Amino acid sequence: MSWETVIGLEIHAQLSTKSKLFSGGSTKFGAESNTHVDLVDMGLPGVLPVANKEAFYKAIKFGLATGAHINQISSFDRKNYFYPDLPKGYQITQMTKPIVEKGSIKVSTENGEKIINITRAHLEEDAGKSIHDLFEGETGVDLNRAGTPLLEIVSEPEISSAKEAVAYFKAIRQLVTFLDICDGNMAQGSMRCDVNVSIKKIDSKELGTRAELKNINSFKFIEKAINFEIERQISVIESGESVVQETRLYDSDKNETRSMRSKEEANDYRYFPCPDLLPVVISDKELNEIKDNLPELPEEKQKRYISEIGLESSEAKIISSSKAMADMFEEASKKTDDAKMTAKWLVGDISALLNKENIEIDESKLSPENFGKLIERISDNTISGKIAKSVLEEVWENGNDVDEIIKAKGLIQIQDESLLEQIATQVLNSNPDQVAAYRSGKDKLFGFFVGQVMKETQGKANPKSVNEILKKILS
Amino acid sequence: MTIKYKTIKEIKKMISQKEISHKEIIQDVYKLVKENVNLNAFITLNEEKSLKKAENFDNNPSDSSLAGIPIAQKDLFCTKGLRTTCGSRILDNFIPPYTATVIENLENAGCISVGKTNMDEFAMGSSNETSYFGNVHNPWGDNLVPGGSSGGSASAIAAGIVPAASGTDTGGSIRQPASLCGITGIKPTYGRISRWGMIAFASSLDQAGPMARTVEDCALLLNEMCSHDIKDTTSLDNEIPNFEDNLNNSLKGKKIGVVKDLDLSSLDKDVIEVYENSLKEFISMGAELVDVSLPNLALSVPTYYVVAPAECSSNLSRFDGVKFGRRSKDPKSLEELYVQTRSEGFGDEVKRRILIGSYVLSAGYYDAYYKKAQQVRRLIKQDFDKAFLSVDVIMTPTTRGPAFDIGSKGSDPIQMYLEDLFTISANLAGLPAMSLPNGNIDNKPIGLQIIGNFLDESSILNFGHMYQTKTNWHMFSPEGVIQ
Repeated sequence: MSWETVIGLEIHAQLSTKSKLFSGGSTKFGAESNTHVDLVDMGLPGVLPVANKEAFYKAIKFGLATGAHINQISSFDRKNYFYPDLPKGYQITQMTKPIVEKGSIKVSTENGEKIINITRAHLEEDAGKSIHDLFEGETGVDLNRAGTPLLEIVSEPEISSAKEAVAYFKAIRQLVTFLDICDGNMAQGSMRCDVNVSIKKIDSKELGTRAELKNINSFKFIEKAINFEIERQISVIESGESVVQETRLYDSDKNETRSMRSKEEANDYRYFPCPDLLPVVISDKELNEIKDNLPELPEEKQKRYISEIGLESSEAKIISSSKAMADMFEEASKKTDDAKMTAKWLVGDISALLNKENIEIDESKLSPENFGKLIERISDNTISGKIAKSVLEEVWENGNDVDEIIKAKGLIQIQDESLLEQIATQVLNSNPDQVAAYRSGKDKLFGFFVGQVMKETQGKANPKSVNEILKKILS
Repeated sequence: MTIKYKTIKEIKKMISQKEISHKEIIQDVYKLVKENVNLNAFITLNEEKSLKKAENFDNNPSDSSLAGIPIAQKDLFCTKGLRTTCGSRILDNFIPPYTATVIENLENAGCISVGKTNMDEFAMGSSNETSYFGNVHNPWGDNLVPGGSSGGSASAIAAGIVPAASGTDTGGSIRQPASLCGITGIKPTYGRISRWGMIAFASSLDQAGPMARTVEDCALLLNEMCSHDIKDTTSLDNEIPNFEDNLNNSLKGKKIGVVKDLDLSSLDKDVIEVYENSLKEFISMGAELVDVSLPNLALSVPTYYVVAPAECSSNLSRFDGVKFGRRSKDPKSLEELYVQTRSEGFGDEVKRRILIGSYVLSAGYYDAYYKKAQQVRRLIKQDFDKAFLSVDVIMTPTTRGPAFDIGSKGSDPIQMYLEDLFTISANLAGLPAMSLPNGNIDNKPIGLQIIGNFLDESSILNFGHMYQTKTNWHMFSPEGVIQ
């Protein structure tokens, strides 16, 4: 029997606002427990929330970039449940009138481009964190994260494979980072997702019963968790049983999903409009201002890199694939006249280093200034491309200044032609057999002579000059 | 020299004529507190700090409008460093790290907060019998309830301990005890006074207000209590008038709405008589009576008892033993922590309302109850909007009768809920309303309710003050007419 998979994603993107969604508390990551918590975040008796407009502006950017409808009047609801890291006993969220509805995003899949529709994107506050392993027999609660603004982006159930789900998540991540509304940092939990998975017979129109996989925060785990879940559901159905609607937890150590709670055990969240908050109204003026100031998005960048800078389309695609890459390219290009060479190095050597270490460029020690300087030193003939590679290696290791490395190691290219001539003559004299062979027609030996000269100069000779000098002597 | 039964205006005069020092005023307050300890009006006193503040005023005279005026604060306003219990066991050890805006406003105007008054637990009750800290007694009779939920505040004023107190009113919690204790109390328009620091019962209905001996004093207090507060998004930023400005306006030609849909037949003859006598008093001052129709008024009690419990069931979720307040000893699991803490911490009435609220919000019932109630609420508001097209104020009795005996309605919550019949609609519609004494029945005071249009506190203050210039019901104390 053939099965078709139906997947929908709920992505939680932490919005990069300075303060929390309903208080002046700081949203900074990594502070000591319970130090970024004000009266409102603690849910003290008598405190009241005040909505942070900055979070709305960021959510609207997302809506506009996905061609969505913006609800200029949106409102907040309370989702009631008890948990120690939920200080008020309810979460303030947007149930009935979300700020963003009906958008879509283009995703590159194995089978080409696909449009995935976005049902809604709404604002809500994050909970704190329960810490289970720090105190024996007790659970700690850290409320630093409580109240941090989240944009929950809900897709239509239109995703048909684990790989496609990852591609969709990547597209959303690319978008929110380009929009500068979320830092996209998965390791710090700035983006996480819940996945709804169901299967159905290929010819069936009805959707199967779905399971919700909770709180997955890496691309790798999303793919693995979905694939495990698909297999599990198929085997449940093929063994004559039926899938139950439930929430499941993905265990990355064992690579399996486990039942967390069934539909019967599910909370009744008793949603109702939050009486402490009036509906938030976004004026036409505010909306237009956000529209006019939307940043350049990947597709636009790619086109511009090709038409205005003259990059190869493959280079333009790689460079515009992430905000960090594009920022590095654009910043470094300001330091040099040679944007094309900047692109070549970024796509070539630097991408190779990134892949090797499996990091993003903004996690490396390479600053745009230093990178631009490196390119500039190549194009003004201070160093050769080969030397540049070794300089890059050192920058990569310790982030030292390019000019200082060149100076300290005496790597400046030998420009003195008479000195090069002297070395070249010396090389030819000490290799009489090869010179004879060359003269009798073995042209390929020319490269050998170039190499020997480069070796003698420890790579500091300009290869172009060496070529010319050797040709002159040998002719 | 004593401040017993004195109004704010009178105390201000005593101060300015140097008949009494600030310290003597505060000392007198605590003497009166001790003499009336049987009333159980206070949960926590603030003696040391209050005396210090008074000494400060003696040493550095202030021209603030309420400099040195002793005031009792209902124990649901957060007061920094001073225990705030909301009448509940679950908060019996709670010392807030911040102060409510309205308390700050009053203290900035010079008021001295002498203590925190007893109240129905989380403001849920109409008799002050649901307080964890015990019943409050009515100075008019030891066996009488003072009304609720602001019963401690009302009782303290009626006994002459303080000239003024803060209260809160979600369904009548200022007006009903004002009526039962023979004092004046106002619930302003929803949003006039910031809710920041007021422990929420039902957020869309809760409103703080002043309680005092006279309308004039209430106007003085209102001037200081009202403010636009950016910490409360439901706080109004409309202009706040000087509430003393229109107190003495003539009532000639002004129109009083009398609700023709209101069935008074179930009330005692005496109650109706008191009510009709006050209407006559207003006619004698030149006002006219106009019949108005509030066809959905009868639905206000059931509407209220859906909306208020729904909001309270959510508002009270934060009392879970995790972060503040009482925590049950040695729970074996998270669930036990919640269940035991809340079972031990909340009283029966609070539990009843959390249950009702959770039920009306639950999946499958939301549309039938909560949503419907909100729709009815809109209709009630529209009824008032229409009525106020033709009248300046609307008058009703505040309560169905004078103070009843402690324990007499305890077993039947519905009987207790009906206590709020006349007062609830003003909360549902967000309108300002006042209760002021307008008679005595069997030596028990009773009040008249004056409801105003949205933001029109000035009219109800005007009607109320003019009434108090013609009558002396507000000058009655349990010990007779105050000289």
